[in-house]
Amino acid sequence: MPATHLDATFAALADPTRRAILARLAEGEASVMELAEPFAMSQPAISKHLKVLERAGLISIGQDAQRRPRTLEAAPLDEAMAWIEKHREIWERNYQRLDALLDELKAVRPKSAAKKKRRKG
Amino acid sequence: MPAPAQVTLPSDREVRVTRQFNTPRQLVYDAHTKPELIRKWLGYAEWDMPVCEMDVRVGGKYRWQWKNKESGKQFGFFGPFTEVDAPARLAHDQYFDPGDIGGSMPSGDPCEVSLDLTEHNGVTTLVSNMKFASKEARDGAVATGMTDGMEFSYTRLDEMASAAA
Repeated sequence: MPATHLDATFAALADPTRRAILARLAEGEASVMELAEPFAMSQPAISKHLKVLERAGLISIGQDAQRRPRTLEAAPLDEAMAWIEKHREIWERNYQRLDALLDELKAVRPKSAAKKKRRKG
Repeated sequence: MPAPAQVTLPSDREVRVTRQFNTPRQLVYDAHTKPELIRKWLGYAEWDMPVCEMDVRVGGKYRWQWKNKESGKQFGFFGPFTEVDAPARLAHDQYFDPGDIGGSMPSGDPCEVSLDLTEHNGVTTLVSNMKFASKEARDGAVATGMTDGMEFSYTRLDEMASAAA
């Protein structure tokens, strides 16, 4: 997986305004004006954020030459999620083996630290 | 069965893994510091761990090396311990030894790795934080051949885990 794509994706996602824009676009395409509305921001400021998202491949610009609506592109997000998931799986597999080992150790050394009468479920 | 591991990205350079264990933290700490225990869980199916040295004190060094059972290829990690506060915290600098597997993980600058263990009602929460030298190093660490090489063995690992359970 090209790391540069991921860099752009994670950098684009690091900003709360840009995440809010993506959340809005998840509901459907929107023009720059419509996107600027809910934010206390000028249109140029929003456009700047949109450019970052566009460079990261997270949004694209629709056919309508007048409105130039922005559309969410899910592929880079999927890639970012896959990256995190891959990392998570690697560790989870290690930790599942650790679980089994810890169970063995507890069986060998019972009640090493647990002599409490109360138990919380 | 504990909740699965969670992974977050606290910053551009970091990866943080959080996991709970239904075990007092001293045992979890032991499993992270005693070579004979580390060998039993840390690593990958299809890979033996011929080298596992742990000199657990500040300035002491550790060295881990894995060897592929089929190809004989090797890689590993090594570095000094920077903080030791048993059984609550352990930190080390991690250098990647690409051995003969290569991979895109830079081997120059270390990754700062810390392990924090807290215990509540017999449940230990582990937080493992990896702070890479750069964003590229972080992304490379997961994209590298090492992790790709691990994927093919996932099925095997599952079988082992269920056999051990």
